[in-house]
Amino acid sequence: MPYLQIIDLKTHFPVKNADPIKAVDGVSLDIHQGEILGLVGESGCGKSTLSRTVMQLIAPTGGQVILNGEELTSLSASEVRHRRLDFQMIFQDPYASLNPRMTVFSTLAEALRTRQPKLAGSDLNHAIAELMERVGLDWRYIRNYPHEFSGGQRQRIAIARALAPQPKLIIADEPVSALDVSIQSQILNLLNGLVAELNLTMIFISHDLSVVRYIADRIAVMHFGKIVELGESEQLMKNPRHGYTRELLASIPKIRDTA
Amino acid sequence: MPLLEVTDLKTHFHTRNGIVRAVDGVSFSLEKGQTVGIVGESGSGKSVTCYSLLGLIPMPPGKIESGSAIFGSTDLLNCGEKKLCQIRGKRISMIFQDPMTSLNPYLRIATQITEPLRLHMGMDRKRALKHAIRALGEVGIAEPEKRIQMYPHEFSGGMRQRVMIAMALITNPEILIADEPTTALDVTIQKQILDLIKERQRELGTAVLFITHDLAVISEVCDEINVMYAGNIVERAGAEELFKNPRHAYTRALLKSIPALHAKGEELYTIPGLPPDVSQPINGCAFRPRNELGDSAKCLPNHRPVLKDTGAGHWVQDCPGCLA
Ligand SMILES: Nc1ncnc2c1ncn2[C@@H]1O[C@H](COP(=O)(O)OP(=O)(O)OP(=O)(O)O)[C@@H](O)[C@H]1O
Ligand SMILES: Nc1ncnc2c1ncn2[C@@H]1O[C@H](COP(=O)(O)OP(=O)(O)OP(=O)(O)O)[C@@H](O)[C@H]1O
Ligand code: SF4
Ligand SMILES: [Mg+2]
Ligand SMILES: [Mg+2]
Repeated sequence: MPYLQIIDLKTHFPVKNADPIKAVDGVSLDIHQGEILGLVGESGCGKSTLSRTVMQLIAPTGGQVILNGEELTSLSASEVRHRRLDFQMIFQDPYASLNPRMTVFSTLAEALRTRQPKLAGSDLNHAIAELMERVGLDWRYIRNYPHEFSGGQRQRIAIARALAPQPKLIIADEPVSALDVSIQSQILNLLNGLVAELNLTMIFISHDLSVVRYIADRIAVMHFGKIVELGESEQLMKNPRHGYTRELLASIPKIRDTA
Repeated sequence: MPLLEVTDLKTHFHTRNGIVRAVDGVSFSLEKGQTVGIVGESGSGKSVTCYSLLGLIPMPPGKIESGSAIFGSTDLLNCGEKKLCQIRGKRISMIFQDPMTSLNPYLRIATQITEPLRLHMGMDRKRALKHAIRALGEVGIAEPEKRIQMYPHEFSGGMRQRVMIAMALITNPEILIADEPTTALDVTIQKQILDLIKERQRELGTAVLFITHDLAVISEVCDEINVMYAGNIVERAGAEELFKNPRHAYTRALLKSIPALHAKGEELYTIPGLPPDVSQPINGCAFRPRNELGDSAKCLPNHRPVLKDTGAGHWVQDCPGCLA
């Protein structure tokens, strides 16, 4: 059984005196445990809306999201809040997604306590140290505020925060596009390791097809709210079937000469 | 004479933890119609360089410690806010890295995009709106007449970025500063935007200062590329030359880290060590402890290497551990 099943999911936004915007318009996807699914598509095609709908941050217009056999769309708000610990989102912007007035310690302590409310004292310190080590941050930064970090370090704090509640599913929306290639590589190595070690399931959204090819097992191509092509990643890159996928691959910029 | 000549720009932040030397002696120039790129480590001072040129550094804690930026007969660093206001958004415009901090969430897109037209070009509301709708169409927003009446939160990330681009181009600036203009865009729309900018350059001779982490994009669009590390330019060369023949150890390490060059599942190369703490004074070269691809035995401690022309406009910090 797939770990995450998305069945005919629709999210429409009403527009005054006009047709609604059909941001997500009948998406069905099965994702298996431990799998990384790459999600690519034109700007505005509905990738972020699909993620937010799966995360139950927006109510769907229709369809179902079934996580580990349980239908999320039929749960009450408080049940969803509880389940949300199992699925975390890494937002595109590490600058905007961290609270500027909280130190790394308080950010991670808060995130850990969502799952273990009573965690305190040396157990808490221990758990935080473990998280920091996992994302490759030095303990000496523990009392620093977000603005005192570089972009890549901040992104790693955001990743540590997403890992703190021990999620089983992570949706990462453009997690590396704002970072230089060395830090991108560092984060990709980290995510690859985590998926292997913790058997995480991940949806990885990116416009950088070379990064998606590298990290994803399968790639889904989205176009105007629908999935138009889905396939094993190397296969899809080598042998694209849908016209839009071909157009996408043909537009990849290449480094002069070395390419 | 170049259109813009920046000499020895130093911008520091005086914080409770010490002096952050964000930009520490940067010089470059920009000719009419030319595209000059800046690449470099996250936090190396690329955005601060741009903000300094437009008088957008918060002071305090920021301070322009030295330098000049000559644009025509004006020194942008010393001309005063009134003069700068006439230049900013009209003769020099900027696409900011983060669209959400520069778009007002409470105003319709229409109001924001027509403002520079009414302010700098004296257009009436109706003409400005018509002009703005066309500009939105040019950056690939479908149904621009309908979309222009919406608010920023009703746009996707990449659509907001395109609104910023349309706003920056709408006054036909002489210089366009583009700070990560296409990070949120898929490759097809990215291509459309880069073509649009190129077309403007051909028609109007716009000069572009282009900042991005996407090395393929920068190699495609730029005539000349500057590589920044810890507030300094460490290497500068023509686009083809830089990728064919990178010389500084940082540039070489950066190019080696490109994920696209690795096979699936293979561990990706990353530059060892941490970025330097620029709030501490750095003796000599900031990259020395991380030089793994050059010959670090030949590094010169306590020596601040300077850029030297090694021929054919390829400038690199003159230091044996990198050039070895
Ligand atoms: N207001 C500020 N106060 C203190 N330090 C600052 C401030 N603004 C920027 N800095 C510091 O200046 C340095 C350069 O920042 P800048 O934003 O120019 O980096 P960048 O090269 O644009 O990086 P990125 O690729 O991540 O955008 C960083 O170390 C940053 O922390
Ligand atoms: N709150 C909203 N109200 C109205 N329309 C919305 C809202 N949020 C998103 N949309 C619209 O839904 C469509 C899909 O947006 P979404 O943010 O999901 O795209 P995306 O694929 O993530 O694009 P990008 O790559 O540019 O981030 C767009 O047309 C957008 O304008
Ligand atoms: S050779 Fe010189 S410039 Fe290069 S890393 Fe060593 S000290 Fe720095
Ligand atoms: Mg999005
Ligand atoms: Mg920047």
